[in-house]
Amino acid sequence: MADNNKVEEKQVENSSVEQEGALAEVAELYYEDEKKIKRKKALRMAGLYAMISFFALFIIIPFYWMIITALKTTAQVETSPPLLWINPAEWKFSNFSLALERAPFIRYTLNTVTVAVVATTGTVFTTILSAFAFARLNFKGRDALFMLFVATMMIPGEIFVITNFITVANFGWLTEQTWLDALMAQTAPFMTSVFYIFFLRQAFKTVPDELYYAAKVDGKSDWQFLWRIMVPVGMPTIITITILNAMNTWNAYLWPNLISMKQEFKLVSNGLRDAFSTSAGRPIYNEQMAAAMIVTIPLIIVFLLLKKYIMRGVSRSGIKG
Amino acid sequence: MLEDQHNVKAWFYLAPALALLGIFIFYPIVNALFLTFVQDYEYLLGTFDGFTLLGNFKNAMQDANFSQAFLNTLFITFVSVPISVIVALLISAWLNGIKKFQGMFQTIFFLPYVTNAIAVGMAFAFLFNRDFGLVNLFLGFFGVNPINWVNTGANWGHAMFSLVIYITWLGLAFKIMVFLSGLQGIDKQYYEAARVDSASRSRIFRRITVPLLSPMIMYITVTSFIGAFKAYTQVIGMFGQRLGPPGNDKSLITVVALVYEGIDNAATVGALSEAAATSIILFGVTLVFTLINFQVSKTRVHY
Repeated sequence: MADNNKVEEKQVENSSVEQEGALAEVAELYYEDEKKIKRKKALRMAGLYAMISFFALFIIIPFYWMIITALKTTAQVETSPPLLWINPAEWKFSNFSLALERAPFIRYTLNTVTVAVVATTGTVFTTILSAFAFARLNFKGRDALFMLFVATMMIPGEIFVITNFITVANFGWLTEQTWLDALMAQTAPFMTSVFYIFFLRQAFKTVPDELYYAAKVDGKSDWQFLWRIMVPVGMPTIITITILNAMNTWNAYLWPNLISMKQEFKLVSNGLRDAFSTSAGRPIYNEQMAAAMIVTIPLIIVFLLLKKYIMRGVSRSGIKG
Repeated sequence: MLEDQHNVKAWFYLAPALALLGIFIFYPIVNALFLTFVQDYEYLLGTFDGFTLLGNFKNAMQDANFSQAFLNTLFITFVSVPISVIVALLISAWLNGIKKFQGMFQTIFFLPYVTNAIAVGMAFAFLFNRDFGLVNLFLGFFGVNPINWVNTGANWGHAMFSLVIYITWLGLAFKIMVFLSGLQGIDKQYYEAARVDSASRSRIFRRITVPLLSPMIMYITVTSFIGAFKAYTQVIGMFGQRLGPPGNDKSLITVVALVYEGIDNAATVGALSEAAATSIILFGVTLVFTLINFQVSKTRVHY
């Protein structure tokens, strides 16, 4: 903390210094040589990097602690003060296999992937069709309907959850739950998204009208135009939607927890939490962190591979405000 | 323009989404109101015993944990939102000021967005562990005796502190991304003009950056207020279904937790109505926040 303050002070100093610096640029005659300005600029940059690194460390530490704990032996975990680093030769990789034995994580992962694929396919399909209707077709009540759609984004999901639980129960997907029942209950409420419709509509709107008329002259139907022109043009947005939706499934906890009636239909988040909550006695931290890593790492790998699409999608979603 | 009318065709394209939204969004909104105003609702049979205007709200508020849940939720919201918005604003401004390693830092700051709230919540709980955690080790360097943040018998203040740190950590990524893309969209001319006028750096930040970013600050503030008010998964991540440190169960319960508790007890007569009433209260509060924010923004936001 003390270091932090020092850096902050430096920042404040620099800003007044910078003011002089700016003046110097305007009226070089009155002030010192360029060199001094450069040095001050370098100092300011150093302060900037110091602050950024400090906060970056704050972001990284939980991951680091998760990973290093997952690699410790139980004796090493339960050393006080805690060990900050473990020699790679001593890394205990068996924690991962022990964690996998604690709960059927492979099974949970397969469940989650299945749910993600089905829900995402459904969402992308319904979203493309609706976004096309809103962006391209002219029909009575279009703007009113669109407003109604957008208005639902204001309403917290908890309001829907209560009734959706009743609905899913009435559809018979909860009692004597089969694998298919569970899959339906997991995916059906998430087969479309107002937000994604809104998002994709914006992308579709950038397709110029001329293209549409040209396609009409060529005798293309709306359906052909949608899949041959609009979808390829909107592909970056569609990819973003796909990734964000799949990631949401991977992280879903509350709804799956509510409607998976059998242990074997649970998703990874539920499995992870349950495996390490019920056990009586001392928690086994290294296995717990190993399991947490198993759930965390795939998502981070996907993120690093598809960074471009994810980050663009997220920052764009903020601009609509 | 689009001269042609496509009435029938358009509804065909909209049909799948409309059907799903009808069942899982529009009907639930109406039904939530229905549930809120009926007495002794039994969900398996769908029967109820007359209507009541405030009965379910009364039941909801008389829940043993209601005031605790409400207090916790307000605390989480009013502490984590301002901190994370300000910190995110600073970080994104700094990030915008550097060239080297900008991409790398951007990736790091984005990481919390793509992590599983349960998995990282467990990691945070271990970070705050009294005996084996990093936080107490770090505090120990300054001579602070080990604090019981999350272990058995930890008090509300300590447990809440660690929870708020976690929620802030989790919320930073999205805010930084939005602010940064906003900053990158600001025309450089403004800054050049300010520099010619020899405005100081902090003055430039307050007089140019913040006003030009105000629509995004507004958007982020509204969404994070709503998001923070719905905190629940984060509590489960750190503390499990116990919703508090061992020996202090449910001390960190939130409003949304009450809704889910109601659904868990669906078989109990009236439990779903109580949950519905709680969710309406939740909606009411988020609506008030949003309206206040819009009111403030009328005078402060520059579009």
